[in-house]
Amino acid sequence: MKGVESGLLDFSRLEMLAAGDSPVHRLDPRTKVLVTAAFLVFVVLHGKYDLAGLAPLALYPVAAMALSGLPAGYILGKLLLASPFVLLVGVWNPVLDRGILVTVGGLPISGGWISFASIVVRFALTLSAALILIATTGFDQVCRGLSRLYAPKAFVLQLLLLYRYIFVLAGEAARMVRAFRLRNLSDERPAMRTYAALLGSLLVRALDRAQRIHMAMLSRGFDGEIRMSRPMRLRLADAAWAAFWIAFFILVRRYDIPGLLGQIVIAH
Amino acid sequence: MHMADALLSPAVGASMWTVTAGLTVYCARKVKKDADERKAPLMGVLGAFIFAAQMINFSIPATGSSGHLGGGMILSILLGPYAAFLTIASVLTVQALFFADGGLLALGCNIFNLGFFPCFIAYPFIYKALTGSSPTRNRIVAAAILASAAGLLMGASGVILETVLSGISELPLGAFALLMLPIHLAIGLVEGLVTSAVVLFVWKARPEVLTLSAASRPLAGLSLRKLLAGFAAAAVLTGGILSWFASQNPDGLEWSMFHTSGHEELAAPADGLHRALAAFQEKLAFLPDYDFKKPEAVPAAPAPETAPSGPVVQPGTSVAGLVGAALTLALAGLAGLALGLRRRAAEIRR
Repeated sequence: MKGVESGLLDFSRLEMLAAGDSPVHRLDPRTKVLVTAAFLVFVVLHGKYDLAGLAPLALYPVAAMALSGLPAGYILGKLLLASPFVLLVGVWNPVLDRGILVTVGGLPISGGWISFASIVVRFALTLSAALILIATTGFDQVCRGLSRLYAPKAFVLQLLLLYRYIFVLAGEAARMVRAFRLRNLSDERPAMRTYAALLGSLLVRALDRAQRIHMAMLSRGFDGEIRMSRPMRLRLADAAWAAFWIAFFILVRRYDIPGLLGQIVIAH
Repeated sequence: MHMADALLSPAVGASMWTVTAGLTVYCARKVKKDADERKAPLMGVLGAFIFAAQMINFSIPATGSSGHLGGGMILSILLGPYAAFLTIASVLTVQALFFADGGLLALGCNIFNLGFFPCFIAYPFIYKALTGSSPTRNRIVAAAILASAAGLLMGASGVILETVLSGISELPLGAFALLMLPIHLAIGLVEGLVTSAVVLFVWKARPEVLTLSAASRPLAGLSLRKLLAGFAAAAVLTGGILSWFASQNPDGLEWSMFHTSGHEELAAPADGLHRALAAFQEKLAFLPDYDFKKPEAVPAAPAPETAPSGPVVQPGTSVAGLVGAALTLALAGLAGLALGLRRRAAEIRR
């Protein structure tokens, strides 16, 4: 069983990383959201055989991780956990696409292998960018940034409430599972009937809790708006960060840097 | 079964983002207009409930595998389609950010696949239709199972179509469908069984919860049709604009569009359109290797002439490109190392 506790730990770990301090952490959430979005777009703009074009883009996650002091091992571990579906779909490319695209030192490489490698690289780039965003910003700040970037208010409120109550309900679920295990020494997982009863009572408790929360919110003057007390300010560093990366993305899109590098190396 | 950024072409990703963003705004308005403000904390707590529920697995007898609750159908039953859609969207957003499930560009696809189909198709047309106004035990069980399975199958078909249309994966439509659909039928049936069991539990313990959500107005057929037409138009427009932009500067994007049309063999194999596309592609010569891949699709292979004539058109496909890519990656790694060392030195000084 994946376990409720380990799932909760995952959240807390990212949140703890986000509580750190670094030049990247100090950037405005809006800047980080926008640069991440631009990065993702530039990654997927590459054609599926354009493995070399993707390579320079790796500078962004690598630099952001280094500047913010995120543990690379942790991020890589999370990527591995998320990889099965993409690998399962991508691994057919070498089987189905066997036309030879390029010969390196007498070893013919088929288009399928190139496109499979490009799928893996895309996967690592896009998902590490998302994890870097959350691990240097924190979920509440991302939501603040989103609401300032004109995301629908009801949706941002929903994100904030959801996130807040994940910790509460997962804690409750963890206690229920622990109680189940103490009473069932033989079974690792509950059978479906027990599972449904477990979830059912969790759900009934959740519904009651929602009612209490709603009354508490109303008595404190909740009117559907979220108000953030701390102002957000775009500083020079934000402008520099955004300008640098977007210029870099455009530059590596325009000029084939790996190709030039490769030709120089091969010529010598 | 999350769609992934890595398998997505920009046109498909952007179209699905447009559709999903539109749906989210629409649902947000709808929830606000219904003025059932009690729903705000309810949605938050139920979203968290889905999370907690998915962290617990149960064992499926005789298979050795395990399953968990799927979110869409139970949320629709408890909240109604609009609020349920927003809740699923928020759950998937958190999953994409924290667990790297899918990715942020694929989020549009994922919300659509796992939110739209259960909330706006399976719930009103299967669950509601079967349970009617006076639900009985058997009706709830049958409806929940059928609706969950159907919703999940539609979602899986969404993943298949998005992947094949993107053209990053080589899997043809038929093979991919054979790979995905049977598994998801099984998962859907199990999810439906659990959903029905949980709904029955709530029905016994708190019958008022279910009657309350059942009383909320069902979807009017007309508005849904308008909605669908609007979003279809938006999707086509986005895709069209994007591909037009792409053909302005020849790159991967429009190639993937061509690739798609090459794949849709049911549409027009080797007729006028196909030949025209091939000729157009030849003229642009942005991918001279195209004929290596599909020799039967482009019979007159002109690529050997076009390949050496241009500059390095497709960097990834030349030796220099591959060597350079490795070098670039190493450089990026070195830059990261240097930046990290500098940061650590600064920390020690402090």
